[in-house]
Amino acid sequence: MKKIHEILENHNSDRTRLMDILWDIQNQWGYIPDEILPEMADKLGLTELDIRETYSFYHFFLGKPPAKHQIYLSDTVIARMHGYQAVYDALEQETGCIFGEKDVTDTFGLKTTSCIGLSDQEPAMLIGKEVFTRLTPEKISQIISRLKRGDSPADIVNPDGVASDTLAYINTMVESGIRSKGAVFFQNKTDFKALLNQVINTRPEVIINTVSESGLRGRGGAGFSTGLKWRLCSDNDENTRFVICNADEGEPGTFKDRVLLMESPKEVIFGMITTGHAIGAQEGIIYLRSEYYYLKDYLEKQLADFRAEGLLGKCIGGKPDFNFDVRIQMGAGAYICGDETALIESMEGKRGTPRVKPPYPVNMGYLGKPTSVNNVESFVAVTRIMEEGALWFKAMGTAESTGTRLLSISGDCDAPGIYEIEWGVTLNEVLKKAGAKDAWAVQVSGPSGDCVSVKKDGNRAIALEDLSCNGSFMVFNRSRDLLAIVKHFMQFFVNESCGICVPCRSGNVDLLKKISRVIENKACQKDIDEVVAWGKLVRKTSRCGLGGTSPKPILTTLEKFPEIYQEKLVKQIGPLLPSFDLIESQRGYLEAVATLNNRSTCS
Amino acid sequence: MMIQLKIDGKNINARKGEPLVDVALKNDIYIPTLCYTTGQACLGTCRVCSVKVDGVVTAACTVPVAHGMDVEVNEPEVTDMRKALVESLFAEGTHNCPSCEKSGRCDLQAVGYEVGMMVSRFEYRFTPRRRDYASDKILLERDRCIFCQRCVDFVRDEETGQKIFSISGRGANSRIEINAEFANKMTAEQVTRAVNLCPVGTIVEKGVGFNDPIGKRKFEIKSVRERALEGGPK
Repeated sequence: MKKIHEILENHNSDRTRLMDILWDIQNQWGYIPDEILPEMADKLGLTELDIRETYSFYHFFLGKPPAKHQIYLSDTVIARMHGYQAVYDALEQETGCIFGEKDVTDTFGLKTTSCIGLSDQEPAMLIGKEVFTRLTPEKISQIISRLKRGDSPADIVNPDGVASDTLAYINTMVESGIRSKGAVFFQNKTDFKALLNQVINTRPEVIINTVSESGLRGRGGAGFSTGLKWRLCSDNDENTRFVICNADEGEPGTFKDRVLLMESPKEVIFGMITTGHAIGAQEGIIYLRSEYYYLKDYLEKQLADFRAEGLLGKCIGGKPDFNFDVRIQMGAGAYICGDETALIESMEGKRGTPRVKPPYPVNMGYLGKPTSVNNVESFVAVTRIMEEGALWFKAMGTAESTGTRLLSISGDCDAPGIYEIEWGVTLNEVLKKAGAKDAWAVQVSGPSGDCVSVKKDGNRAIALEDLSCNGSFMVFNRSRDLLAIVKHFMQFFVNESCGICVPCRSGNVDLLKKISRVIENKACQKDIDEVVAWGKLVRKTSRCGLGGTSPKPILTTLEKFPEIYQEKLVKQIGPLLPSFDLIESQRGYLEAVATLNNRSTCS
Repeated sequence: MMIQLKIDGKNINARKGEPLVDVALKNDIYIPTLCYTTGQACLGTCRVCSVKVDGVVTAACTVPVAHGMDVEVNEPEVTDMRKALVESLFAEGTHNCPSCEKSGRCDLQAVGYEVGMMVSRFEYRFTPRRRDYASDKILLERDRCIFCQRCVDFVRDEETGQKIFSISGRGANSRIEINAEFANKMTAEQVTRAVNLCPVGTIVEKGVGFNDPIGKRKFEIKSVRERALEGGPK
């Protein structure tokens, strides 16, 4: 048991490392105890409220003692298509605890959580750092009874005690699920030492030009040119720059970054080293979502291997002026940290609130220094471009979207998992590959993307110039209740809005209320008209991409499937909306009148 | 460096990089604001200063002016968006102007009049929020908070430089917290400044109420627009 001052000293009492400090504390005490806040505040030069300001923002930081086993069940639309409710009920029944609370003996606590990046293996849940997939009520019964007998979650998933820094350990819990390989990803034949030699003996400008020439565009979803980002980042007089790998894969339905980190971690790290050389950075940081805590030791091992081989550290490849190392920064449960400026704020030990832009991270990013934030998949593509050349990469895909990309396919199909596709393939071709025979709707790019109709959009191309995709690809057949799915997505955005700006914080609550009203057969055409106008308001006036996209589940289903709304609408009679409950709205008044009348009768 | 831009068709000269909202005001074009204060860091939280820059809706406080910008302020669509954002705040919190100590000197109320709001188009929520009485000098009336963050960013303990107000929670559940120990050390002037800084009636000075009679308060004498255009303290 470490003392609080030891934990702080391990991080040089640096307030910008508050996330690491909070994790060390929570990993030891199970939560962030109030009693240690005064000493923390004093040594970090903060107030107790400052510390609470940060940790209360994150879903996985706890301010109160948790149960011995805190269980987080992944609540996603995909899980709900695969027996989520039965698992939910089984958990409550077996633990004797209800969701949102702890049981009387403090043994079990149940909570739901947003997508944990396992949509091809749902239902799934986290207990501490261990993850359990493909859950059924029977499995729940076995797991809970073993925990009751005193086994740890690790005893259950990893009975042979496989070392936690190996892929074998991760494979005891989750599968990679790679269904189809292409030319770019999962090749695993790179000679990193030889490639390093080639890269560091190429001038940074040439590397940037090569990446620009390849046409590579960021794989997080926005599609910004990677080469241009690097150029902007290096085009200044600063001496300190940072490379950040955005591994906060929070978009519901996507899991391709997890699989890349499992199967090609060195390609990711090598991409970061290449970026470091290209832009002149000394430090790289992998911001890893805490839902992927089980990958951490394994990734640390990969970094250690690279250090031992001279690919990371001082004077890399014998170059006296090239020092570059990579560390891992854990997140703590906040979808918004996928936004690059929110991610940087979080890395500085603060709430994950997106910054006001400008300035942009390429000018003033992490610790105020020029920073290039790139997606996990982008880094792998960079490694492969270094290996095979810009023209090789550019020969694949379309004019605007070059190369291939990974799709995380889930939902109603025979073979959910990871598919490498060449940009430009049609929606129908992807569906056929995944064995989605009766697909009706596809949520492309997750809740922040578009819900498209297979009938109307089947021949559209998956490419930035047509149907852009960030990797999330959820398939729904005719039997699915799209309105319930839309409502789930809106609830997700309400839960994940950081709350900093008015339209997103307040507007999403209004939109959620409206979709609920449609489902309850209490909406009329006026409600739909308002949804369209308010959705536009939220999209246009919000500070960041979360509010910029959050109304899309409603707006895109309204456009592609207007009939599912029309079927539910009722007619407005008179001046009041059908949802307006006249009796209920008068309740307070009527009670007051009754009380007054009573009083006058008594006197 | 001086640059030229257009606001509502009017040609304007300005210093490159100055906040658009200030440039507009200097040129007699008023854009309502709730979180922004000239001379202070941009917070970009309320979005009530939304305008169109080259056709794209943007909060004017976050935009450094650049050469050739074409800005629309009094354009119907974005004008209604500003109004909608103000209405959204009235629906999100619980605002009873007639019984509020801040009435007549409340930025939200004044901007409400300015954008011509009669009633909120959004459903009033009346979400119960807990008040904070812990400090000797300040009452935190969270029902009225619009979460602008002025107090969080601009009020500091004079001795330590630490924040007196902070945030907790996330999204619709976030709220403002007060450090009672520091708040109790605030000078009378500092308390007054914090009360005036709050654009609504969330930060209320204990023991002082209705010191200026209703009818003689700042926005009852001159509208928020007139005060802004005249310059000086808002």
